Amino acid sequence: MSLGTTFLGLLEGHPQHGYDLKRAYDEHFATKRPLAYGQVYATLSRLLKNGLVEVEAIEPGAGPERKRYTVTDAGITDVEQWLTRPENPEPYLQSALYTKVILALLTGRPAEQVLDVQRAEHLRRMREFTRRKSQGDLAEQLICDHALFHLEADLRWLELTAARLNDLAGELAS
Amino acid sequence: MRTGLTDRRTDPGRLPSEPLLTASGLRRSFGRTSALVDASLSLHPGEIVAVMGPSGSGKSTLLHCLAGLVRPDEGRIDYAGTDLTQASDTELSTLRRTEFGFLFQFGQLVPELTCVENVALPLRLGGTPRRRAERTALRWLERLDVADVARKSPGTCSGGQNQRVAAARALVTSPRVVFADEPTGALDSLNGERVIRMLTDTARENGAAVVLVTHEPRVAAYADREVVVRDGRTRDLGGLG
Ligand SMILES: Nc1ncnc2c1ncn2[C@@H]1O[C@H](COP(=O)(O)OP(=O)(O)OP(=O)(O)O)[C@@H](O)[C@H]1O
Ligand SMILES: [Mg+2]
Repeated sequence: MSLGTTFLGLLEGHPQHGYDLKRAYDEHFATKRPLAYGQVYATLSRLLKNGLVEVEAIEPGAGPERKRYTVTDAGITDVEQWLTRPENPEPYLQSALYTKVILALLTGRPAEQVLDVQRAEHLRRMREFTRRKSQGDLAEQLICDHALFHLEADLRWLELTAARLNDLAGELAS
Repeated sequence: MRTGLTDRRTDPGRLPSEPLLTASGLRRSFGRTSALVDASLSLHPGEIVAVMGPSGSGKSTLLHCLAGLVRPDEGRIDYAGTDLTQASDTELSTLRRTEFGFLFQFGQLVPELTCVENVALPLRLGGTPRRRAERTALRWLERLDVADVARKSPGTCSGGQNQRVAAARALVTSPRVVFADEPTGALDSLNGERVIRMLTDTARENGAAVVLVTHEPRVAAYADREVVVRDGRTRDLGGLG
């Protein structure tokens, strides 16, 4: 529950309205598209129900944006636990690609080409991130670097697989 | 040897149609080892091309052929209208000194000289008087953010600093082509990144083309496109995406 926990962290020391929270989130984390209001208020009401935030003040008027939220002790514990718990290492091995390679070999199609096409696409993406990185601030650079290292890991797998295609074909044939 | 290619500030997004360097059908053996079987590569003015491929696939041999350091057994290399395979040793060495810059994995700086003297060396070899050569060298050290080590000897600098000094030396003559063989190979990610970013930035600012041999995808991503070498054969995967 990373959006909720991120909200909790943003609320720590800064009681805020949903609108400010959305703005703060967009500024720091929304790399693709800004958060939808629906998502913001759905998340806040879930946090409220679970006792992780509470409403500190309600201003007169109508609509959800008049509530100011603050994080509870349970909410802060939640942030702490989330920050100290490692993420599940994702298996970045792309099962679709693996399937393609095996299928190509089984059907006598050029598996090397499957890998080369993917390789070119990966490098194209990497060039994009590299360009973005050179124009961005440090935060942007860190985000791009993360993507770059992951793409690079995939690419290394592609290279290694390319180097082992003959062995793999032999194994499949036996 | 300068030819009609006048505009050296090239936008890599809009390459002029005329390549600066074209190699095709390169073959080169060392004894019974076929280092290159059939390699081709073209390089436009100001273009940065990454050469990738497994260890022993022939990347360095290709770079050495393109730079006139090794003669191929077969094939053609056209550099700005000159066939390098037919050029004399003297012509080749003049070409290397005036038109090309070189950067290798281990900076290969002269340990007896200071960093600024190392950078000034290619200019001195071309006959530039000492003071002027060192003034120019210092400007290049500044551009690569290592002016602070100008008076130090390479032996007392870090690997990353040495590599940026070596990059300054590769660029000091304003070459039209820089040949770089694993320039970040001996550096950690952060320092490798600095070296490659500064090398490609300054090369682009000067309209210098770069042949960049690397096995690191993140380094190759600084190039405009890549060429893959496998078992002595090149595969062009395109680029500029
Ligand atoms: N001067 C030489 N004498 C004998 N064999 C050589 C020479 N230069 C290269 N080779 C051989 O030619 C083949 C290609 O070598 P090359 O150095 O071009 O590969 P590479 O792709 O640069 O490898 P690496 O990534 O390990 O640097 C290898 O088998 C190598 O041993
Ligand atoms: Mg090599």
